[in-house]
Amino acid sequence: MTDGVVLDKVELRLGTKDFHFNCTLPAGAVTAVTGPSGSGKSTLLNLVAGFETPDRGHVLVGGEDVTHEHPSGRPVSLIFQDNNLFTHLDLFTNIGLGINPSLRLSADDRRAISKALQRVGLDGFEKRMPGTLSGGERQRAAFARALVRKKPVLLMDEPFAALDPGLRLSMAKLLLELHREVSNTVLIVTHDPDEVGRLADHAIFIDYGQILLQAPTTEFLARRDIPALAEFLSG
Amino acid sequence: MLTRAERRRGIAWGLLSLIGIALFVGIAVAALLSWDVGDTRARLFTAYTWRILRFTLWQAVLSTLLSIAFAIPVTLALARRPRFPVRVWIIRLMAVPMGLPVLIGALGLIGIWGRQGVINSLLLKLGLDQPVSIYGLTGILLAHVFFNLPLAARLLLAALERLPAEYWQLASSLGMRPFSVFRFIEWPAVQRVIPGIAGLIFMLCATSFTLVLVLGGGPAATTLEVAIYQSLRFDFAPARAVALALLQIGVTALILIAMARFPIPDDAGMTAGRATRRFDGRTVPARLWDAFAISVATAFLVLPLASIVFAGLKADLWNLATSTAFLRATWTSFIIALTGGLLAVLTSLAIIAARGAVTDMKRPGKAAKGFSALLGGMSSLVLLIPPVVLGTGWFLTLRSIGDVTRFAPVLLVLINMLMALPFVMRVLAPAIETHRQQSGRLSASLGISGLAKLRRIDLPVLIRPLLTGLSFAMALSLGDLGAVALFGSNDLTTLPWLVYSRLSSYRTNDADGLALLLGIICLLLTMLGTAGQKEARHD
Amino acid sequence: MRKIVLSMFAATAALSFSLSAQAQEKTLTVYTYESFVSDWGPGPKVKQAFEKSCTCRLNFVGVADGVALLTRLKLEGEKTNADIALGLDTNLISEAKATGLFEPHGLDTSAISVPGNYTDDTFIPYDYGHFAVVYDTQVMKNPPKSLKELVEGDLSQKIAIEDPRTSTPGLGLLLWVRSVYGDKAPEAWAKLRKRVLTVTPGWSEAYGLLTKGEVPMVFSYTTSPAYHMVEEKTDRYQAASFSEGHYIQIEVAGMLTNASDKDLAKQFLRFMVSPAFQDIIPTTNWMMPVSKTSEPLPDAFDKLVQPETTFLMGSDEVAKNRQAWIDEWLTAMSMN
Repeated sequence: MTDGVVLDKVELRLGTKDFHFNCTLPAGAVTAVTGPSGSGKSTLLNLVAGFETPDRGHVLVGGEDVTHEHPSGRPVSLIFQDNNLFTHLDLFTNIGLGINPSLRLSADDRRAISKALQRVGLDGFEKRMPGTLSGGERQRAAFARALVRKKPVLLMDEPFAALDPGLRLSMAKLLLELHREVSNTVLIVTHDPDEVGRLADHAIFIDYGQILLQAPTTEFLARRDIPALAEFLSG
Repeated sequence: MLTRAERRRGIAWGLLSLIGIALFVGIAVAALLSWDVGDTRARLFTAYTWRILRFTLWQAVLSTLLSIAFAIPVTLALARRPRFPVRVWIIRLMAVPMGLPVLIGALGLIGIWGRQGVINSLLLKLGLDQPVSIYGLTGILLAHVFFNLPLAARLLLAALERLPAEYWQLASSLGMRPFSVFRFIEWPAVQRVIPGIAGLIFMLCATSFTLVLVLGGGPAATTLEVAIYQSLRFDFAPARAVALALLQIGVTALILIAMARFPIPDDAGMTAGRATRRFDGRTVPARLWDAFAISVATAFLVLPLASIVFAGLKADLWNLATSTAFLRATWTSFIIALTGGLLAVLTSLAIIAARGAVTDMKRPGKAAKGFSALLGGMSSLVLLIPPVVLGTGWFLTLRSIGDVTRFAPVLLVLINMLMALPFVMRVLAPAIETHRQQSGRLSASLGISGLAKLRRIDLPVLIRPLLTGLSFAMALSLGDLGAVALFGSNDLTTLPWLVYSRLSSYRTNDADGLALLLGIICLLLTMLGTAGQKEARHD
Repeated sequence: MRKIVLSMFAATAALSFSLSAQAQEKTLTVYTYESFVSDWGPGPKVKQAFEKSCTCRLNFVGVADGVALLTRLKLEGEKTNADIALGLDTNLISEAKATGLFEPHGLDTSAISVPGNYTDDTFIPYDYGHFAVVYDTQVMKNPPKSLKELVEGDLSQKIAIEDPRTSTPGLGLLLWVRSVYGDKAPEAWAKLRKRVLTVTPGWSEAYGLLTKGEVPMVFSYTTSPAYHMVEEKTDRYQAASFSEGHYIQIEVAGMLTNASDKDLAKQFLRFMVSPAFQDIIPTTNWMMPVSKTSEPLPDAFDKLVQPETTFLMGSDEVAKNRQAWIDEWLTAMSMN
């Protein structure tokens, strides 16, 4: 099995902040990316997604060097905390854009969209506008788009942070179900230790632009020797 | 949350302003309507009248379409390039025409697009024998686009920059091509604000006075506003003026009603600081296209301004600036602008206070609600009555009392005040509303009221919006030619009137120099105003 | 804040009053057209010369152009400050008299000689000139030789004209076209319209367009080239001689019934036809004097176009039709 996502001695400077990332994230697994705010979690995601290009080093996805690849050329799907949907377009269009960015859709594509909506529990929501949905429903729609895109890597930037605790549980369940169905590589940025335990096979901890720890979840949650991590885990 | 005394005082001030404005406008209109025509041949609605109406609307439609059509590519290009060295200057440049007196802008345009201007010299060299004419419809359109393209571009850009940053990330991650980005992201955002922008521009162009007066070039290109002025100052036909004025009021009323359905978007939130990142448009053709769109638009705006500066510098500025004519005109303009500005601010405060008092009532009666609505409408209702109409009405009224020129400064002050009122209201009303929400309950619970409240709670927060409103009003008044055109004479000369009369008497060197001076004064005022606004936003 | 506004208002009011009630000495207020009072026009010299002889203040009030001057008087009615109106022309006399604002001068005008020996009991001529199209020889190689050629000529060669509602040259052109074309005038205007670059409210704006090079032709006077020959030593600008003949303008001044000091007003009217005033006219107003000047006119005046036929409409006829003709003009000019 090839490694899912590799950041090979990646260095990047943004303003006055330096980032050094060197890690290998296993394929087909869920890796939680944690750390204090401003530590570089989102930057790591942006490097994988292609919104940042490293000053030095390489980014590999599925064994392929994508360091200088445009975001559209990378085999990844994205889910943000908010604004995952174009609010002026209905769900069908929003998801359809995931299949073809010019919205040239075949009959199969249309069926796939409806099926994806069905899968995330939004059966028959094709014509609904994002504004009429609840926060949880909007994130489900974002999942549906990730489903139809069929990309091997899914990047999520605090996807459930804006939801209330009950909803977080059911969304986490849905995420795991979907992950098992397609066995994709998932990177999820989170600041919630419970979520790490609930979702992730592995976790990394970033502070001041460096990866301080990369470990399987159980080990990760038990570590108390890194002060910053201890503080994070104690919530 | 107001004390009873505060509420009563608010209503009283509001009532006073309402009565004041109603009287000022009412007397003028009544004087016009009751004017004994004497000329029994009813020449009110002739073929000419309808042609004016048609032209007024037609040029406004074209101006609006062109301004927006040209603004769109420029805006898209600017939005797609959130970071390049002179970007912030280009955006500031787009604020310049808004603060520039229209007459000065017209001078600059003639300098560039006139027969002797840069563009035509170039075209002639390229072998074109029919030069672009700055007079007539072309000239009016050119000038309207010059003044309104930047307005449209700023408002559109703000709409685009308000889009969530995730949209651009998604678009690039999904691999949208430029056309898809336009179709699914840019156009929907732009298209939402276009009706409001179009309404605003249409209104400005349909009531355009100075540009049409200077560049119109005769009866074929005359708007209602100018025709009213002409029938008074050229024909002395008050009856016809009244007829035209009624037509004008009808037209503007229709536009205002239509506009009420589409709120004017604001350019708040448009700063160079916001870190929008765009991942599209990296290809060479896209870069070239954006560079082309931005540089053409910049040149279009910069050249006339540069021409004002160059032509102005050729004049003997020192002599001009120290000449008695200039100093007197500046003093006159300054007094009129300051008084008018202060009055506009105070009237706005009174109207806002009264509306606040009504909102504050537990169960406002129908009368109170009507009063509040009337006050709200009042500030924009004055847009209905063009300054020339007001001026003429008062001219006719005062004529029977004595020498009109004696009252002219006071009339100018009041007319300028009314003209500035809607703008001042737009600055002050939201600021005061926010302030009330933030501090109203607290002040009430602490029992702070009266002067102490004004000094400790209100003024420190509201001083900036107040100054902003004042400087906008003053800039507007300093650049105004519409009201002074009726009363201007050797006895009463404001700066724009001085420029206009020097221009008329082919002392163009002087006019250029004066234009530069006036332009600088107005821009400084507007800058002061917008600087205050920006600071206020940070609070 | 309220106090500030009140004091501002007081300042504005003070400004208003200081403007009107300035000096205690005798003041004669003369309403005239803009170019007359400009620094390079006759105004300053006339003021100087008259004040030397009258121990009074001569106060000029410039109004855009001659027709606008009449409009202004109508608008101000009997409350006007004007003692003298200078700058109407014979076309407007009937209309001016009909306002009832003017009073016969009762002066001897036998020294005055103008083409057609024009005399009037209320208005006194002070200069005259023939209207003409003045063109830039560097641009126009083949100027029109007749009004017909002007109307039907090359559309790319534009002309700047004045508005007949405000300007006496504008009205003059309207009457000239009427004199030549009669009832066919609206059709002629519809054609001429296409050659008109712009219509200005006064003569000076239009003339400024010619000298700035914005337009190759302007409606002015046969005497205009004299200015360029004398002041600028150039014969670049020339008047076109029209075969049909030229319309004449005789500029006049009159005393208002409400003049505050009628003796002073009459003194000015007498001064106006004296050499002291007439000497100033040819080389400042660039028009022909109506009576003897102390020195002969500059040579340049001999080189000017001398019209063979002269048109002049009776002022009653003008008064009766002016409004209708202007409406016709507006309609023709606003066609698309």
